[in-house]
Amino acid sequence: MTEISAKKVKVSALCELCHARKAVMKRPKNLQKLCKDCFYKVFETEIHNTIVDAKLFSPGDKVAIGASGGKDSTVLASVLKTLNERYDYGLILVLLSIDEGIKGYRDDSLATVKRNQVQYEMPLEIISYRDLYNWTMDEIVSCAGIRSSCTYCGVLRRQALDRGAAKLGINHVVTGHNADDMAETVLMNLLRGDTARLEKSCAIITQSAGSPIKRSKPFKYTYQKEIVLYAHYKKLDYFSTECTYAPEAFRGTARELLKSLESIRPSCIMDIIYSGEHLVLAPKKKKITTSYKTNKKKTHTENEVNADGSVSLGRKKQFEDGNRCEKCGYLSSNRICKACMLLAGLEMNRAKVSIDNNTAVDGAAVLTRTLEQLSF
Amino acid sequence: MGFKVKVEFLGGLDVISNKVREHSLKVPLEEGEATVKDLIELITKSIIADPKDIPVFIEDDTVRPGILVLINDTDWELEGMEEYVLESGDVFTFTSTLHGG
Ligand code: SF4
Ligand SMILES: [Zn+2]
Ligand SMILES: [Zn+2]
Repeated sequence: MTEISAKKVKVSALCELCHARKAVMKRPKNLQKLCKDCFYKVFETEIHNTIVDAKLFSPGDKVAIGASGGKDSTVLASVLKTLNERYDYGLILVLLSIDEGIKGYRDDSLATVKRNQVQYEMPLEIISYRDLYNWTMDEIVSCAGIRSSCTYCGVLRRQALDRGAAKLGINHVVTGHNADDMAETVLMNLLRGDTARLEKSCAIITQSAGSPIKRSKPFKYTYQKEIVLYAHYKKLDYFSTECTYAPEAFRGTARELLKSLESIRPSCIMDIIYSGEHLVLAPKKKKITTSYKTNKKKTHTENEVNADGSVSLGRKKQFEDGNRCEKCGYLSSNRICKACMLLAGLEMNRAKVSIDNNTAVDGAAVLTRTLEQLSF
Repeated sequence: MGFKVKVEFLGGLDVISNKVREHSLKVPLEEGEATVKDLIELITKSIIADPKDIPVFIEDDTVRPGILVLINDTDWELEGMEEYVLESGDVFTFTSTLHGG
């Protein structure tokens, strides 16, 4: 490395692994100082170990990478390509992007994904809300207001990803959710007393009952800081503009709290995940909190979207396996799936504004009742 | 008197500087006298376009948690953080890790 000859390097500034090159970063996980090359090696190997330990893939698997053009999914695509080649995973990797229809945000980030498609030599499938639901997020926001944007968006995205994967004949979607995201979700569920969701929040693989599509998070133990550094040093092409419809306030506040804690005690991210994983093991108690929760839940409408885009729509009855939405055929525990219900509500709004003598009165009445059962 | 350093805002942090990512900044102090502390103050005074955005960059008189700081491409945690003494030609990179995943 040329940097060494340019300036005299003190021994204390050397990489703690190779003791040869100048350290450029300090790992938040264990405060180890590493040079660029050792950092790449350690970063990639840890993700490989996570993949192997959790048995995420089998040879020949076709896997969709949920790609937003942002740093996490861009690094995920890059690292999975590297590992797939290095360790012979035998995976067929595909980029799967969702176009929510948000001007000035998603159109630009999709341009990034299209470049990634070329850079990583992976096929790209884009599923748009417009094609799937006949609504864009911009239209939804102008109709339903900005406050609930993420609630709608989360429900629609979850289904869009599933449908996109199904279209490609893929039953495994990997997402770029990292350790910070996971700790944030644990913290949020903790703060809300949502013990049911707390249990699931640290799972590396999730799959709804009856759904053929599983989701996993290879970056479960990977720090945000290291992802950003990796992208920076490797000069990866990612997009970093914030969504026009700012994420919900509660999550934002939880994130800031976590970042402040991390700056004092970097290991706290891992510690929270560790705690979350072990809370899973604590049984019982649930009954008390659930009944207490039921009343409380109604007052919270804002904090309903999870990091993975799934949404909590109030307490759920037993999920009946294989139940399908009557309107669209998507898996649903109710007669009508969440997405169809939200969209029906929107259509009603749109209809109300224009005409009053609508013929679909019956359907609307049913939907109104069903909507009332939800906790928005 | 004074010397120049380069300041970059990445990862969406350029929102605080009218979407300009790279800035050449004149430090009005002798080389060897100015630290990152002075640089932070200078940035809030001369680069951040709208004073309302200062909290996006600063919290409790230092760079806000969640913003990654690199000095000549090295983690500032290895360079003494706020105490680092500026040299002419240094490159300071501030990257938001909070923006869009
Ligand atoms: S911030 Fe909300 S509205 Fe924007 S893309 Fe994310 S979920 Fe959708
Ligand atoms: Zn090294
Ligand atoms: Zn449906």
